[in-house]
Amino acid sequence: MSKTIATRDAYGKALVELGKENKDIVVLDADLSKSTKTAGFYNEFPERFFNMGIAEADLMGTAAGFAAAGKIPFASTFAIFATGRAYDQIRNSIGYPKLNVKIAATHAGLTVGEDGATHQALEDIALMRVIPNMTVIVPADGPETEQAIRAAADMKGPVYIRLGRPNLPVLNSDDYKFELGKGVVLKEGSDVTIVATGVMVSVAVEAAELLSKDGVSAEVVNIHTIKPIDKDLLVKSAQKTGAVVTAEEHNIMGGLGSVVSEVLGQFAPTPIEMVGTEDTFGESGTPNELLQKYGLTAEKIAEKAKRAMARK
Amino acid sequence: MNKNLSKEKLEVLSTAAKNVRRSILEMVTAAKSGHPGGSLSAVEIMTSLYFEVMDIDINDPQKEDRDRFVLSKGHATPVLYGTLAEKGFFPKEEIQNFRKINSILQGHPDMKNIPGVDMSSGSLGQGLSVANGMALAGKLNKSEKHVYALLGDGEIQEGQIWEAAMSAAHYKLDNMIAFLDYNGLQIDGDVEDVMAVHPLDAKWEAFNWHVQVIDGHDFNAIFSAIDQAKATKGKPSVIIAKTVKGKGVSFMENKAEWHGSAPSPEQLAQALEELK
Repeated sequence: MSKTIATRDAYGKALVELGKENKDIVVLDADLSKSTKTAGFYNEFPERFFNMGIAEADLMGTAAGFAAAGKIPFASTFAIFATGRAYDQIRNSIGYPKLNVKIAATHAGLTVGEDGATHQALEDIALMRVIPNMTVIVPADGPETEQAIRAAADMKGPVYIRLGRPNLPVLNSDDYKFELGKGVVLKEGSDVTIVATGVMVSVAVEAAELLSKDGVSAEVVNIHTIKPIDKDLLVKSAQKTGAVVTAEEHNIMGGLGSVVSEVLGQFAPTPIEMVGTEDTFGESGTPNELLQKYGLTAEKIAEKAKRAMARK
Repeated sequence: MNKNLSKEKLEVLSTAAKNVRRSILEMVTAAKSGHPGGSLSAVEIMTSLYFEVMDIDINDPQKEDRDRFVLSKGHATPVLYGTLAEKGFFPKEEIQNFRKINSILQGHPDMKNIPGVDMSSGSLGQGLSVANGMALAGKLNKSEKHVYALLGDGEIQEGQIWEAAMSAAHYKLDNMIAFLDYNGLQIDGDVEDVMAVHPLDAKWEAFNWHVQVIDGHDFNAIFSAIDQAKATKGKPSVIIAKTVKGKGVSFMENKAEWHGSAPSPEQLAQALEELK
């Protein structure tokens, strides 16, 4: 996996392409356009780009107004500010009226790195998925991001797209087909299912390789759409392998681990182990140091996979 | 400018205003809850907009190129529903179902289900941003239409209002006109006692808005202010409308306790008698 790209870069690229095709697309940012990569759209279509300044509540409300008047706004800022500071605006002015706003939030998770806990959104998936009408997407790599952005623009209704800061390995080929709401089986297996999202998908692939050295056959599922969740795929895979481990760059409370538990608890009770941050804030460090320190690693996934298998 | 309304128009508006006041009281009494005080204070503003000013079509409420209205002080929804019903967006009988289960008339405005409601609201402080977004979209579309917003004087204690005040001026939204329903009272009492907002004109002027202060119950003043706001180019306009909370009902006027409580059937009868 030599090629790498940050999901935020893929987002910026996709926006420019979409902007050429659809005049209704407008982009709003909160003084972070160079970081969120919306600056590319500004360069191409300055009349359709709106910098709202450091005012996230106003950013979301203005996006809601654009959508109410028929535009397709992409509202961007860091995930922590989008979902934390402007939660009420997203809930009441976007989610409740089911307005066609796309919230593309970057710098999610521990991999923001050195800025530390205040800038590391580890609860944004939880906050967004509990809002009725909201679709939640967490792409795993560049190509998936580009297609996810396109799918978000094509559907009507509010969407939260969780993007990251660092470069990530490209997992998906150029002919990859993203289907909203559908999980992707990256590797078939029979002993345990690793369900991963976002940054952790490529780590899950590594974990499966580690497990195969120990004679364990792991199935790897990429859940890029957290909501609506691909219930059928989760149930099918869990019934086949009988053990599940989830992996996410997010608090295990309220995120992917919770979603998978909710689904399997109701439809296919299965031993589940979770990899993610465990009810803790992050701290400053390099992305890799943080992933190591908080146990978001291939080794940890493999270890928990075995633990889940032992509980069969 | 400053042309006075014709007798006929004044008559139409005064009748509509009286009917809307009656609807407000009837719906709040039927629901046994709701917000009469700050609804009654905004009646002249709302009837002016919906009966004379705004380009809207009751047969095509979603018409793309239309004037729009955002009730930022969403709890004053009885005045919005009363006005929409009076205008004919939905049958007047519907107001009896206000706030009741399975009704289209939710406790706060719901744009998904109520014909004529341009934006859902209720969480205070959010409407001005939304109106700005609509106005920006109008500018992109090169539309001649206007966006109107109604804010409460207590509501502007929310910080987001001032974020939106900043961005409206930054983007020179001269197609957005905000009314500030300055009735001086909020739930806990006098606005100046709870959290002082004055001086209002200087505040908005400092944010680079065009500011007018008027009597919010005087139709001629409202029309003249809207004309002047429309004629003002390059900046958004706010019309600070001095109003009386509970206006038109003797026992409700200027009483904070009528912010969010419903009259008894006897009180309703008395109020309707006063509004004959």
